Amino acid sequence: MSDPLLKVTGLQGWYGRIQALYGLDFEVPDKGVVTLLGANGAGKTTTLRALSGMIQTAGEISFAGQSIAGKVTEDIVRLGIAHVPEGRGTFTAMTVEENLQLGAMTRSDTRAIAEDIERAYAYFPRLAERRGQQAGTLSGGEQQMLAISRALMLRPRLMLLDEPSFGLAPLIVEELFAILVDLKEKEGLSMLVVEQNAALALEIADEAYLIETGRLVMSGPAQQIGSDENVRRAYLGY
Amino acid sequence: MDLFIHQVLAGLATGGIYACMALAIVMIYQAIHHLNFAQGEMAMFSTFIAWQLIEWGVPYWGAFFLTIVVSFIGGVVIERTVFKPLHNAPILAHIVAFIALFAIFNSVAGFIWDFTIKSFPTPFGQESLFGSGLMGAHDAGMIGVTLVLLVLLFLFFRNTRVGLSMRAAASNPDSARLVGVRVGWMIALGWGMAAAIGAVAGMMIAPVVFLEPNMMLAILIYGFAGAVVGGLTSPGGAVIGGFAVGIIENLAGTFIPVVGSELKLAIALALIVTVLMFKPTGLFGARIVTRV
Repeated sequence: MSDPLLKVTGLQGWYGRIQALYGLDFEVPDKGVVTLLGANGAGKTTTLRALSGMIQTAGEISFAGQSIAGKVTEDIVRLGIAHVPEGRGTFTAMTVEENLQLGAMTRSDTRAIAEDIERAYAYFPRLAERRGQQAGTLSGGEQQMLAISRALMLRPRLMLLDEPSFGLAPLIVEELFAILVDLKEKEGLSMLVVEQNAALALEIADEAYLIETGRLVMSGPAQQIGSDENVRRAYLGY
Repeated sequence: MDLFIHQVLAGLATGGIYACMALAIVMIYQAIHHLNFAQGEMAMFSTFIAWQLIEWGVPYWGAFFLTIVVSFIGGVVIERTVFKPLHNAPILAHIVAFIALFAIFNSVAGFIWDFTIKSFPTPFGQESLFGSGLMGAHDAGMIGVTLVLLVLLFLFFRNTRVGLSMRAAASNPDSARLVGVRVGWMIALGWGMAAAIGAVAGMMIAPVVFLEPNMMLAILIYGFAGAVVGGLTSPGGAVIGGFAVGIIENLAGTFIPVVGSELKLAIALALIVTVLMFKPTGLFGARIVTRV
């Protein structure tokens, strides 16, 4: 078995003085999709923020064989971890195209960037129609598409997705997840997906971890977790 | 009618001063979302540096560009040493630091160069344009310089990656970090650019008001007025605002008998309040539309 792309050992995290994560261990395999499930306030978003160096952490995080614990966000991004944050993180006053260009901030291959922008438009034709529009005027679904496209502009090895379905209409969510499946299968992109909509996340994930008040309580293949009656009732609420 | 046109042109000339200053104010506002009270004093200090260089025999344009470079570096250094450590401090701490900078620059300038009024050369000449006495060559040159600065800034923010990064860092620091923008350095760059623009403003203004440590006091307030009237988020708006303040001040001083020259400053402040009451983002400030 090859080494995992991301390997987290004993990860602790703090918001100021309040500890939110109490020693998590998990892995994301190369070209694999892993989901982190749990109730509101369990520490899912915090985990992603910890990986991106946005909060104070302790423990070991290794990405592609390199330790990234304690690095600043800007450097972690440069290693190829793209983070689609909670609330989408749109640059609302800028155009759709400028948002995409910002996603490629760390790259200097101008021509390839232009190609990638067109590729993003191919995935999300609705963004192409609105390329000159102020991003703040997009609908929630379009902003989520923009956020994912912006993350892809990095040409990431690992994409962290924080509640991509949050606040979106079911049809849009379906469209979005179909594209995530595409990205997984065609481009071999590794993803760590945080979701409240567990059923949805388990569909695209290979592995799932259950998190409760900052601790992992269960892990296993996504199918197995999804079909376990007790787990579903106790943790997933469906 | 002649008097009216004359006063409008004269207003345009003083408006050029305010527009230049307003541009520097908007620049720093874009970077840190505060008004920097020490901006005027920083510009004054830069102007003294230029004056000193010219005294030492450096030709005007050499001194001009050298001063811009020195001011840029100075602005970056101030951000890195004073304001970076204050990054997470409450707003009041920033304001205290602004006031401290204000006092420091003012008294250090007085200490080094004393408080006597000095004349500062203009590169544009003193004769009046069109031979009519309506507008001096220096006034026209100053307006030209302001407009050139504005165009350069516009191109910089629209068309360069650094400009785009700076806008991103200002509008959404967390997201900017997540795409790899080094937000701290963007803020420092904003300070550097604001200091450089302030230096240009100071060197353009000094031939008109003469060089001394307190030369920027009133101008800073008019510059604020211009920036706020035009919209703190819009460099173009700030320049138009600066011109508007200059023209309104002049017309009010001439045509409203009670106003005279004593109440001109009051007019500027009344203008700020009025605009803020009806358009809180200024006349040209961006209203950011958000759908959720």
